[in-house]
Amino acid sequence: MSRRALWSLVLAVALVLLAIRAFTGPGMGRSYVSDQQMGFVQSADGVWEAAPDGVTPTISWTAELSVPPRVFYAANAKDPKQTTVHLSLSRTLGLWAAAFFTLAILSFLYADNPCYKVAEAAVVGVSAAYWGIVGVWDVLVPKLGGALLPLYTKAHFLPSLTDVTGNWWMLVPLALGLMLLCRLVPKVASVSLLPLAFVIGTTAGLKFISFTEGDLLAQSAATMKPLYVERLGVDGALDLAMTVGASLKQTLLFVGVICALAYFYFSVEHKGVVGRAARVGIWYLMITFGAGFGFTVMGRIALLAARFEFMLDDWLWLIDPSGKRVVALTAGAGEVLGQFAQIHSVSVW
Amino acid sequence: MSLLERLDIIDRRWIFLLMALAVSIPIIVSGMTGKTFPESATPTTQTAFDTIESLPAGSKVLLAFDFDPASAGELQPMAIAFTRHVASRDFDMYFATLWAPAPPLIIETIKSVIVAGHPHMVYGVDYVNLGFQAGNESVLKVISTDFKQSFTVDARGTPVTSIPMMADIKSTEDFDLIINLSAGYPGCKEWVQYIVSPTLSGDHGTELKLVAGVTGVQAPQMVPYWPRQLKGMLAAIKGAAEYEALVNASLMEANPGLIISPVFNEAQRRMAPQLFGHLLMVSLIILGNVIHFSRKRAGGTAVKALRSTP
Repeated sequence: MSRRALWSLVLAVALVLLAIRAFTGPGMGRSYVSDQQMGFVQSADGVWEAAPDGVTPTISWTAELSVPPRVFYAANAKDPKQTTVHLSLSRTLGLWAAAFFTLAILSFLYADNPCYKVAEAAVVGVSAAYWGIVGVWDVLVPKLGGALLPLYTKAHFLPSLTDVTGNWWMLVPLALGLMLLCRLVPKVASVSLLPLAFVIGTTAGLKFISFTEGDLLAQSAATMKPLYVERLGVDGALDLAMTVGASLKQTLLFVGVICALAYFYFSVEHKGVVGRAARVGIWYLMITFGAGFGFTVMGRIALLAARFEFMLDDWLWLIDPSGKRVVALTAGAGEVLGQFAQIHSVSVW
Repeated sequence: MSLLERLDIIDRRWIFLLMALAVSIPIIVSGMTGKTFPESATPTTQTAFDTIESLPAGSKVLLAFDFDPASAGELQPMAIAFTRHVASRDFDMYFATLWAPAPPLIIETIKSVIVAGHPHMVYGVDYVNLGFQAGNESVLKVISTDFKQSFTVDARGTPVTSIPMMADIKSTEDFDLIINLSAGYPGCKEWVQYIVSPTLSGDHGTELKLVAGVTGVQAPQMVPYWPRQLKGMLAAIKGAAEYEALVNASLMEANPGLIISPVFNEAQRRMAPQLFGHLLMVSLIILGNVIHFSRKRAGGTAVKALRSTP
């Protein structure tokens, strides 16, 4: 049997098992929501408030709040005909799409393939769209529109705009922004260098001060400390072990700074004392790179574990570490539903 | 062909498979049994915990969530643990972010910790979600002197001037503590440089306290800021697990008989796959070195010949 046929067989078996898992027993990869009626009335001073009981709201809608499957089980156990908590087709599709994209990205580890390409293109497209929307609604509309055309912006785009006095100084960034766009027209492309120079100059100024204050001065001050660090015990007497440890730590820090600086000091040939110090400096750098690599590995494994947990818990329902599907974990059926009703009765955003 | 020679030319995909097994099997076992490894706090984590514990009643805490869903695997457990700790001390909580994808993560944290666990807390009085503000470090530069110039409305669009708990906030110096969860730029480094460091010069009344939770990639760059510019730091998922254990232990001590929901053991659960993933990684590094030196000793002829074979 060829390798391709073998992998096709493995994939087919996996798909069959997936289908069996999805459509038998409790199933898998389902997302549930709880319907909540939202109603608001406008007070005399124009402020929108939640409609009190018995009052017909001026505007109303049904909000779907995501709940774990155990809330659905609890609600059904209490009243099998209830429709408040129900399966959400759109969120279920979203969950399956997340699982597909996770597998598609991971499939690159085996070899480049069309599924990976689709996932990669989706990431790029969604990111571009997301940042485009953020740019318009969080920057252009509130900061530019809100400053130059405040009343129009408040009336048509941003009812929450508070300052409607306007700010004509914002014409300056508008002009600089338009000048940046000149880059797209070859004949006037050089105009874009002016705003670019403004951005670089401002950033350099900001960074210069912050690095000097936060890194150079503060870090130098933290290094220039006595090598002997006295540590006292709880009884007020000298703690020899702690004192030796702290002094050794300070000494290692001091030696490390001097030797690493010696390695990067190229005005003198790395021979003799300078050469030996530079060699020690290399060791310090290597240990730093090793620590950096170790932390990076830790970070990447944490992300991998998070994805695997999503696949095994949220999608395949093979494990349930946070009790999403165990009704008995926290309370009885009615209590679980009551608890969630209470949680979702408060809007948090 | 010897075993070492076979291993030297092994297909890298077997290593990916081994890593997948090393990470997934502990997740399955931990997920089924609910068991986690015991955690003891390292000094950077302990000082983060102690800094929050040492704050007086009624303190104002700014929680800056500068991360996105891509780094939530590492930082969301920290966000939950920090919020639980601060909420359990009844401090005023101000949520904000400089990262556009972070607002849904703030909402998720508020829902799972404050709304679910502290329903008595009132929005606008005990906690507020100030949402996202575009502008990176320029926002920090502005809020260090005039907070309301940047954050004019909260995430709901309510003017901050009509939010009761915002009345006393003029600049970042009015906060008793800032907690920053950082996945990159802008993040912990910028909060240290633009917000904390200027208060260390002695011109200000008190030094501003900053505690951070950072990703593994950032951790080695942030360690030098501890303990002066950073009062505490959670380094990667290990720091999150340690802090989570500290918060759980502290809550159980304060409330005897309290059962900690498994939702709040997320970081500790992730330590089992960490252990086995790291063991595999270390084994592979040692094995790689053994193969390298044995090949060097043998002159490398056999493997070279093997590699040149089509």
